[in-house]
Amino acid sequence: METLIQQIIGGLANGGIYASLALALVMIYQATDVVNFAQGEMAMFSTYLAWSFLNAGLPYWLTFFLTVGLSFAGGILIQRVIIRPVETAPILNIVIVCIGLLVIFNSIAGWIYTYLIKPFPSPFPEQPLKIGNIFLGFHNLGAIGVTLALLILLYLFFRHTPLGLTLRAAAQNPESSRLVGIRVSRMLMLGWGLAALIGAVAGMMVAPIVFLDPNMMSGILIYAFASATLGGFTSPGGAVLGGFIVGIIENLVGTYVAFIGTQLKFTVALVLIIGVLLVKPSGLFGKAAIQRV
Amino acid sequence: MLGKKVICIISVMLGLLMIGGFVYAKGKYGPGASDTEIKVGHTNPYSGPASAYGVIGKAIGAYFKKINDEGGINGRKINYISYDDGYSPPKTVEQVRRLVEQDQVLLIFQNLGTPTNSAIWEYVNKKKVPHIFVATGATKWGDPQGHPWTMGWQPNYQSEGRIYARYVLEKLPKAKVGILYQNDDYGKDYKQGFTDGLGDKTKTMVVLEQSYEVTDTTVDLQIVNLKNSGADVFFNITTPKFAAMAIRKAHEIGWKPTHFLNEVSNSIKAVIEPAGYEASQGLITTFYSKDPDDPHWKDDPAVKDWLKWMKDYYPEGNIHDRFYVYGYSAAQTLVQVLKQAGDHLTRENIMKQAANLKDFTVPMLLPGIKINTSPKDFRPIEQEQLARFEGKTWVLFGEVIDASVR
Amino acid sequence: MENRTETTELLEVKHADPLDTRIEGWKVAGVIAVLAFASLLPFVMSSYRLFQFSLAFAYAIALFGLNLLTGYNGQISLGHGAFYAIGAYTTAIMMEHWGISYIWTIPVAGFICLVVGFLFGIPALRLTGLYLALATFTLAIAAPQLLKYFEEWTGGVQGIVLSEPQAPFGLPLNKDQWLYYFTLSILVVLFIVGWNLLRGRVGRAIVAIRDHHIAAESMGINLPLYKSLTFGVSAMYTGVAGALGAIVVQYVAPDSFNIFLSISFLTGVVIGGLSSISGAIFGAFFIQFVPTYAQDISDAAPWAIYGIFLIIFMYAMPMGIAGFLQGLWNRLRRRRLVDS
Repeated sequence: METLIQQIIGGLANGGIYASLALALVMIYQATDVVNFAQGEMAMFSTYLAWSFLNAGLPYWLTFFLTVGLSFAGGILIQRVIIRPVETAPILNIVIVCIGLLVIFNSIAGWIYTYLIKPFPSPFPEQPLKIGNIFLGFHNLGAIGVTLALLILLYLFFRHTPLGLTLRAAAQNPESSRLVGIRVSRMLMLGWGLAALIGAVAGMMVAPIVFLDPNMMSGILIYAFASATLGGFTSPGGAVLGGFIVGIIENLVGTYVAFIGTQLKFTVALVLIIGVLLVKPSGLFGKAAIQRV
Repeated sequence: MLGKKVICIISVMLGLLMIGGFVYAKGKYGPGASDTEIKVGHTNPYSGPASAYGVIGKAIGAYFKKINDEGGINGRKINYISYDDGYSPPKTVEQVRRLVEQDQVLLIFQNLGTPTNSAIWEYVNKKKVPHIFVATGATKWGDPQGHPWTMGWQPNYQSEGRIYARYVLEKLPKAKVGILYQNDDYGKDYKQGFTDGLGDKTKTMVVLEQSYEVTDTTVDLQIVNLKNSGADVFFNITTPKFAAMAIRKAHEIGWKPTHFLNEVSNSIKAVIEPAGYEASQGLITTFYSKDPDDPHWKDDPAVKDWLKWMKDYYPEGNIHDRFYVYGYSAAQTLVQVLKQAGDHLTRENIMKQAANLKDFTVPMLLPGIKINTSPKDFRPIEQEQLARFEGKTWVLFGEVIDASVR
Repeated sequence: MENRTETTELLEVKHADPLDTRIEGWKVAGVIAVLAFASLLPFVMSSYRLFQFSLAFAYAIALFGLNLLTGYNGQISLGHGAFYAIGAYTTAIMMEHWGISYIWTIPVAGFICLVVGFLFGIPALRLTGLYLALATFTLAIAAPQLLKYFEEWTGGVQGIVLSEPQAPFGLPLNKDQWLYYFTLSILVVLFIVGWNLLRGRVGRAIVAIRDHHIAAESMGINLPLYKSLTFGVSAMYTGVAGALGAIVVQYVAPDSFNIFLSISFLTGVVIGGLSSISGAIFGAFFIQFVPTYAQDISDAAPWAIYGIFLIIFMYAMPMGIAGFLQGLWNRLRRRRLVDS
């Protein structure tokens, strides 16, 4: 029983990692209709920026907000300079551009910072919480908390602020939005900026757990993609929940299904997700696109 | 009349002698070798999932540059040609064919990776190209009968596994063993050596094996399972990132087994520090080379030389990255082979000299460890020494062990 | 977004009218000229280059398969690396475990992938766009893991070394020359078959499904059958490519077939030109040769250079290389018409 709880907690901890990056993926999809394959590498690069600041002696929280701010600006810049030229092109073209960004960020990070892993500090206490025989990492809890806080902030932003409403309108119906005077291009930039911001937070929360290296996010991006698909690309809350579910399934399969063990746990998780998709083709909480004939 | 003829003949003979002598004095050459240069071919993953190992290739290049600056080997400069294979076997095949067929190198040196080298070893053996000092610890490279042109370099993984098994059998006969291994050739090779070393006792002693993939996020799940299996001995076969995570997690959940850490991941800077000094107390590993970060070697002249070389020839390199020591030492071994070959630089002779290293040492090897090869022994380094982590340093204990795979 | 379905949203590609079934004479002449030139290359190119070209031909076949599914039929696949792997391992296992000659492994590889692809296409019917992409993604992730798992067949992480194919009937060709011709011939045959398929009713049905699938259905096209079949045929092409690749490289290991391979295929198809047959060839040569070229340019960060190439190509040639050349050609023709 204890093992079960410990593994579920472990699954939640990992799931928190997936959820944070999944949130960034969904954010950008909601705002711009693009799945940004470079999201993970951008988050990794932001984390390296933070590391550079810390290395130069800046205190943690200053670094945190500085990195978040710079990443926001960086996201806007990338949209404006790199994505805008292919905005109107077929979606696969944009995907290829994002793949290009992915390899560029990865390569440059490796060149500048080398591939030696670097520890990254956490703002949360190090000693784990111990309840009976079960251990809860404070940082894992903290990271999950931060992700949920972000989720709530985003929810409030989209539903209850004029800017959020504008952003949603621009994403869902650019033509009509332009007619009412919304600067759609500005909104797209904002979308990328927000996604980069979320990615930076995700990176800084993930790095203390998995250590910082240029390939830190490559595996996690795949999990984030799976989580967002499970939850539905149109639902930030769904993506976060998807992350937790994926983390838990993996841990449980890895522990309790002997013949598969740890070798195929991710494959099993993915197959289960496909199973869910067959019943709910747009993910658990996603909205199906409506076709007018 | 006769005089003229005789003079003619004598001049021709003299001329021939001179030409012959000219050619002879300059040496015998295979492809890639000449009076002025020796072409050395190399592939490495400079990109892709294994790109962390790319620094080995760069370190080798930096060392050859030092040698060239000092005059080269027997007056010849090393022309080092290194290509990226992204750890993808088809790419390795392509790049090695390019090196052999287009660039016409004399030999292939220190290619990295087991699947990548597996992809080409039939080819190089068929083409009779020396394929020496491959950068992997897989046991299969020491096979002079089947693959006379391929040779390993570092102590192979199986023999290290056997060393730990022997320790367990001798000192911890009632142990319950748990193993964490990376699910690839490296992980399985180590595991094989370990279980071979335990022999029949494997079934009774090993209570749980857990594997992980390089794409996994953490190994927390596996560590928790291992703790719950009741194991009190832990063989940790992980690469640096995962090793640090494993050590830290075990400490976090209060699991304190006798913890054997594989040599690949015993770097203080890359693993111990991120895992935490407190969590790393009592770790046992083996060494065959010196860790420059270890305070124990602070005043060692070999380490000082190495640091100077890094400063002069690779200042942007990370002095805490053990791969630089690895590349440096492997390169020194090749230089010795080339020196021994003298002016007789054919592929056959290179192979002959590579199989003719007698009690050769390079400075960064542990004292007492020597490189030995022979036509029947294609495993240059076979000795290691156990060490235990105490305080902030690894403390060597016991004797230098000769761990040739039986 | 507007009242469009996800499928068409994803692929707003302008393409040459598939209904244009006239074969212009000069086009045939051009193709024959290119083929003749290609046939002479083995006598002037080095073995190493021939090896690279043979591999590029195999990739071209794979890209043609992917193009069929993604370009013509609008179903995105991020998992074609898995079919390539299945083809490769089929060949490896048949050759090394059962001693079957490499030639016979190719149709078997194709057939197995046809079946697997078709079977996969059935549940995939319910999924569109991103969600389909994830489902195919699963294939790409599962493939190396399953290959490692079934060790006795696949040799696990150690992989399988394939024996060298020899030119048959004692032809005076070395291995590389023979494999060049072998892969080239299979490519030509498969492309002709595919081209005929796409020119006819089947091709029109496939494109109709992509562009106006409701209309297509109401016109009597059996959507599920066509979509699944397209998946199957697409997988078949890629499986044959994998088999050829294994024969050329003479080694298979799970590490060769990771997610990056699937992404490379998608990249090749887009860069080469969606909805275009020649796009497969351009794309294949791109993914085969540009990474090496990028390393020659910059040793420090070669993949950054590759990424920059990708971005520049997408800016300059949004319809892929084939589309770009087609556009040039059209402009030239229009100018000549105007002048005359």
